Amino acid sequence: MTSVPNQPPPLRRDRAGAIAGGVCSALGRRLGVDPLVFRVAFVAGTAAGGVGVLVYLLAWAAIPAEGARRWSPPSVPGSRESWQVAGGIGLLVLAALLLFREWDLWIGDALVWPVVLASAGGALIWRQSASAQAPPTNLAPRPLRLGGTALGRGALGVALVVCAGVVFLYLNDALRPARDVLLAVVAVVIVLTLILAPWWVRLARGLAEERGERIRSQERAELAAHLHDSVLQTLALMQRRADDPKVVAGLARRQERELRAWLNGRPAASGDGASFAAALQSAAAEVEEAHGVEIDVVAVGDCAVDQDAEAVLGAAREALVNAAKFAGGEPVSVYAEAGAQRIEVFVRDRGPGFDLAAVPEDRRGLRESIHGRMRRHGGEAVVHTGTDAGTEVELTLERRS
Amino acid sequence: MTPSVVIVDDHHLFRAGVRAELDGLVDVLGDAAGVEEAVRAIVELEPDVVLLDVQMPGGGGAQVIRDVVLSRPGQRFLALSVSDAAEDVIAIIRAGARGYVTKTISGPELADAVRRVDGGDAVFSPQLAGFVLDAFAASGAAPPAGVDPELDQLTAREREVLRHIARGYMYKEIAARLQISAKTVEAHVSAVLRKLQLSSRHELSRWAVERRLVD
Repeated sequence: MTSVPNQPPPLRRDRAGAIAGGVCSALGRRLGVDPLVFRVAFVAGTAAGGVGVLVYLLAWAAIPAEGARRWSPPSVPGSRESWQVAGGIGLLVLAALLLFREWDLWIGDALVWPVVLASAGGALIWRQSASAQAPPTNLAPRPLRLGGTALGRGALGVALVVCAGVVFLYLNDALRPARDVLLAVVAVVIVLTLILAPWWVRLARGLAEERGERIRSQERAELAAHLHDSVLQTLALMQRRADDPKVVAGLARRQERELRAWLNGRPAASGDGASFAAALQSAAAEVEEAHGVEIDVVAVGDCAVDQDAEAVLGAAREALVNAAKFAGGEPVSVYAEAGAQRIEVFVRDRGPGFDLAAVPEDRRGLRESIHGRMRRHGGEAVVHTGTDAGTEVELTLERRS
Repeated sequence: MTPSVVIVDDHHLFRAGVRAELDGLVDVLGDAAGVEEAVRAIVELEPDVVLLDVQMPGGGGAQVIRDVVLSRPGQRFLALSVSDAAEDVIAIIRAGARGYVTKTISGPELADAVRRVDGGDAVFSPQLAGFVLDAFAASGAAPPAGVDPELDQLTAREREVLRHIARGYMYKEIAARLQISAKTVEAHVSAVLRKLQLSSRHELSRWAVERRLVD
């Protein structure tokens, strides 16, 4: 109906700006006029003999919608939406029919209800098939669960259309001769249902079972793949290195850590450093691997890794390396308490300890990497040690708000 | 007097390992591989302490505790597990275990833990202390209505003791650092255990529900 000049913006119905079908907003956008003008004009046209509705419907059919991507349902449409669309289409058709009747373009009153019912039912069916074509987002049981209600809506659509046909035939007196035939058909359907129902139920149940079995076997395959990549590989390595207890212990420890992380659903090592506790865990894991000393981490609370937390992590890492070097093979304990106000980390070993005053000035590890780093970020580091008492490095940082 | 124990674990190798490690340190009366077998053995052998695995087929350690206390209400349990998941640990403690240690613990340490549980004390691993601090975090949600506020909070002293346990200190070292007696440290830990078992604090209840401990 409308010729579209090759000028941007093209005449397209915009779903986002639409109130009804998007016709007014499309015209408004194309012509650079407030869509309200067209809306008022259409309403006025409707009030004055109904021309507005007809023109609107024609325009709606003629103007293409904004891009196919936006037209297609972005997700499986909800039941509410489908009902509304079906009801709306039914009402629109009713309005159009009444309009034709007003104009004496009329065949007979018998047509009204069948056509309205059929169009509402048809709208439901079409919507269902459109949503069925939408690509499923995943293979999980979600579509299965939605399938039930979607099927129900589709069935209701079919029922509406069939009902429309029956009402049409009834109103035209075409049903009387068909009654005997209908009776026979109903009888045959009932008999067939009785015969086929058990088979059908069995088939449906079998399908569901098969589906469950497939999901289970998929999970099993995934688990097997994971165990093969991790545990079996490590066990093979351990057998080969059985003569070196230190290496074996290290391997076992690393595998245990990975497996725990996997079982708990934690990321193995978060390199992106989103969580302080996770970052501390992975730092401890690295030191443990590099120095072959067992490190037990207990973390309470958590916070995001910002600059301050980064500084504490760096200092804690240095303290861990020191502890691992001088602990004499005894396990190292790490306790961290992280929150919005403060971060505290305690690194403790049961090694021989050392004389703090005897640490030479040029030992940068303790002085720079731990004390200096903490001080620069407004925190402090305290080292408790003494000969034969083990060592504990206490890192405290009050957050600047 | 050496305490007597029964070892409950569904892994044969592990039971044998614990037996060997505890040999001469405590009196191992027997062991059991499943929930029903364990209940029978405990009722029959009447050990001072039961070393209990958390995860076993048929309801796990928590089920053993629930079944045994019907006929032996005073029975003491020490949970021994490879799991370090918060819900497992909290669940077994709330079911009635008086302590929780991980399976990597050494023989002498385990024997010491058994003796402490036998003496009526609670045994917290650093990991368990961490979970408790987390669950009773000061910034946690407000306690649900109708909860005894006493049960819902840790005192400053209890927090301090738990923090030291989480940092890897022994009770004796904690006592020296806080300048209190070792008995007082044990009293604090026992008080925390009681709160842990009786408090209906949200986090604890959630963990318990996840393990279907609460009806």
